[in-house]
Amino acid sequence: MDLVTPKRDAHFYWTLFKSTFLISAFTVGGGFVIIPLLKGKYVDEYHWISDKDTLDMVAIAQSMPGVVAVNSAVILGYRMAGVLGTLVALVATVLPCLITLTIISYSYDYFIQNAYIKMVLRGMQCGATALIVNVGIDLLVKQGRKKLILPLLIIIGTFVANLFFDTNIMVLILIDGIIGFLFMRDALYN
Amino acid sequence: MIYALLFWEFFKVGIFCVGGGYASMPLIQASVVDTFHWLTMSEFVDIFTISQMTPGPIGINAATFVGTRIAGLGGAVVATLGFVTPSFFLGIFLARIFLKYGDIGPIRGILNGLRPAVVALICVASLSFILLALWNTEELPSDWLAFSRGGLVILIAAIVATRKGIGVIKVLLGSGVLGLVLGMAGLI
Repeated sequence: MDLVTPKRDAHFYWTLFKSTFLISAFTVGGGFVIIPLLKGKYVDEYHWISDKDTLDMVAIAQSMPGVVAVNSAVILGYRMAGVLGTLVALVATVLPCLITLTIISYSYDYFIQNAYIKMVLRGMQCGATALIVNVGIDLLVKQGRKKLILPLLIIIGTFVANLFFDTNIMVLILIDGIIGFLFMRDALYN
Repeated sequence: MIYALLFWEFFKVGIFCVGGGYASMPLIQASVVDTFHWLTMSEFVDIFTISQMTPGPIGINAATFVGTRIAGLGGAVVATLGFVTPSFFLGIFLARIFLKYGDIGPIRGILNGLRPAVVALICVASLSFILLALWNTEELPSDWLAFSRGGLVILIAAIVATRKGIGVIKVLLGSGVLGLVLGMAGLI
């Protein structure tokens, strides 16, 4: 799949704003749901970045302090269109929260107790589960096809350590980064 | 100057919250509940619940909501700005480094090591999402057969829809509608 390098005109900034706004507005359940959303919009729909870029960005976003969605928006915005792109992406990430929560804060009790709102949110939570499961499967298959031992060992080791031993994500990222730094410089692993 | 103080408090949260939105909760609590008594603990728990329920990144939701409660819309804006300012500068800095040196051996090595790590973390997240979607719990369920029938229907429908190339936002909206329909039928 060929990547598209968009022209940095008003139309591009509007698309960047619109898509980042939607991604932020639909990040249900936080954290990793951002990955299928980023992939769905920027990789599959606009072809701005590749799968690999998405993972790289999320890895960086995950290892720096702050909210992962905001960090990804900042890094992606910068990658796409420098500081202006960063600002556009940042505002678009924050704006949905400002709008929704300002409204909710005025009808706080109603919102918490309303059964219909709960049903819709439950449904969206199941939908978000489907998105993240799909991406997980796709990425595993992709890694499996490469038939490289080291990345597979990292996947298994990280998975086991996080799921069964509750090892902190930051520690895992640090260890895997060091393993990569030491043993995975070869272009083979790109 | 409540605004300057709010900005500064959330700026600190933005710097020290390592490990995503959830990690910001204890920091926000320490500041707004324990130190400044802007909110009571029970108000704070409500905020946590709402931030989780509402679509949007949890940390930003919390900052916005706390800001609104303390100083209205202006408070929401400064709290959120304070929270994201560290990300803005650090993100640009890191993006520059990786764009410039991403192809140089050692840095490429680091990224090559991190990519499979993210894949593993996505798999872990998938499992906890499945538990939440079908059994409505974050622990292993005591009764595996007592899962939400409606949840399973939505999950499968959304997987199929995504596989067929339907856009992610549409899938989420559709899931919300299905949730309402199945919920009213008592299946969720």
